[in-house]
Amino acid sequence: MTLVQDRGRVGYQQLGVSVSGAIDTDALDIGNRLVGNEFDAGSLEVMLGGMVIEFSHSTVFALTGADVSAVLDGVPIAVNVSYVAHSDSRLELGIATNGLRSYVAICGGLSVSRVLGSYSTHVASGIGGVEGRALSEGDVLEIEGLNDASFSGQIFPDGPVLEGSNELEVRVVLGPQDDEFSAVGIDTLLSYDYTVSDQSNRQGLRLDGPEIESKTGRYDIISDAVVNGSIQVPGDGKPIVLLADRQTIGGYAKIATVVTVDLPSLGQVAPGSKISFTAISTEDAQDLLAVRVECVENAELSRLVSPRSVWVDGDEVAVGVAENGVVRLADVDGITYPISVEKYTPR
Amino acid sequence: MYPRIVPVGDSAILIELGSEIDPEINSQIYFLVAAIERSQLAAIVELIPAYRSLLVNYDPLVSRYGEMVALLDELVAGNAASEVDTGTATIIELPVVYGGEDGPDLDTVADNAGLSIRDVIEIHSGVDYRVYMIGFAPGFPYLGGLDERIATPRLKTPRISVPAGSVGIAESQTGVYPNASPGGWQLIGRTARQLFDVASESPSLITPGSLVRFVPVDAHA
Repeated sequence: MTLVQDRGRVGYQQLGVSVSGAIDTDALDIGNRLVGNEFDAGSLEVMLGGMVIEFSHSTVFALTGADVSAVLDGVPIAVNVSYVAHSDSRLELGIATNGLRSYVAICGGLSVSRVLGSYSTHVASGIGGVEGRALSEGDVLEIEGLNDASFSGQIFPDGPVLEGSNELEVRVVLGPQDDEFSAVGIDTLLSYDYTVSDQSNRQGLRLDGPEIESKTGRYDIISDAVVNGSIQVPGDGKPIVLLADRQTIGGYAKIATVVTVDLPSLGQVAPGSKISFTAISTEDAQDLLAVRVECVENAELSRLVSPRSVWVDGDEVAVGVAENGVVRLADVDGITYPISVEKYTPR
Repeated sequence: MYPRIVPVGDSAILIELGSEIDPEINSQIYFLVAAIERSQLAAIVELIPAYRSLLVNYDPLVSRYGEMVALLDELVAGNAASEVDTGTATIIELPVVYGGEDGPDLDTVADNAGLSIRDVIEIHSGVDYRVYMIGFAPGFPYLGGLDERIATPRLKTPRISVPAGSVGIAESQTGVYPNASPGGWQLIGRTARQLFDVASESPSLITPGSLVRFVPVDAHA
């Protein structure tokens, strides 16, 4: 499944409009940085890989998030690097190996209509993206604005490395309704591993594990607003972590809230994985968030070897050093990342 | 115990003004919304009011938790001192065709109540309903104030698709479906007014804190 997503539809929750947006916001932000976009640009969120993009214009793109053994015109490419695609290029995404969701950021951003200030697709309410739905074979998406070849050949040096692990540690801040739960109930949440159920989706992760005890045996509250990462506990005592596509209001007690910096990883854990929770203070969570901004939003991008931007035949673009019709971009940790450019003419 | 101000993760704060569904507490929530909006605090991202609470989403990189609590404390204290004036709420009138194809469950509601269809329509359209909050789906109002005489259990099997504008009853709640969706409420009528329009700057006709009045009409205009 592929969806157009951005940072989400903020500002209309009091009217019942879900935020939606990319689940792995780190991958989204890194992708947009690599291709020179603003943080609010629309990108593709690809679930479990397995798709092909045919370019009809040359542009710069980057693949982030889960590694899907992507191949551009027959040549393997890496995640967290920006590449040039040509007017007849074909990008093939294989099977996701170390996570669930990959992101394709394109220089200039995807040009779909903004709905209530956002490109994000919320399928349940049919809002945003392409007709409020997932993309289907044959859809044609336009690119917003001009391409700039100088954004190719950039690499995000310290990108979060997805380990494809089936064990995840998640930090939470207790509350806002932790007082509805017994001490034993809170201890249960923080002491045992919970297993990601295959009933999980963009709305939330359903978890299997020991039942969390409430004080009164009841789990209902007078409905109130929820946030990204709210851990609600319905009557069966099994926690549900709410994610991007959550409804705005919920009626179950919320024992804890996942800290913002740990939300992206929740979008990459496969069903069957184990999650353990650790409680930290609000202040510590905010310190972590400040560090995240330094690491993702402000970290300096690296360049793959002496980059050169060249316009050929009006629109063909190449960056790097040409060798036998292949532009070789620098060695990165001993690996050479090539991009094929058929029509490149060295000057 | 109230007001109660607690953290919700690292980027939100919940302010609870009471422990029950009560029109006066709910009014206080909307006064607080207005006060926070007037204050133009730089860190505020979004406010989500509910029955008796207000969620404040904020940017902790602009103001940290401690600072936000101090600022909100002050606004909450000022709010408590202000007079609650429910006479100023906006009234939104919705013309409704009751019964027939527009309200296939009107007979069920009448039978369940032991009343005539006319009585049910009169009772349902005879009061202004408070919009406690909006949620569940875009523009879907949680309305308070349904006369207990016409409270009716939900359908045993929810409908796969309820037409947009359908007016329904579920237990002692009444509401309107802004868009076609699955639903289990007893449908007693339908309004032709468009309740939610994503193309509009103010997309929801019904806004939280306002009042809704159902006006019986014979046919859709």
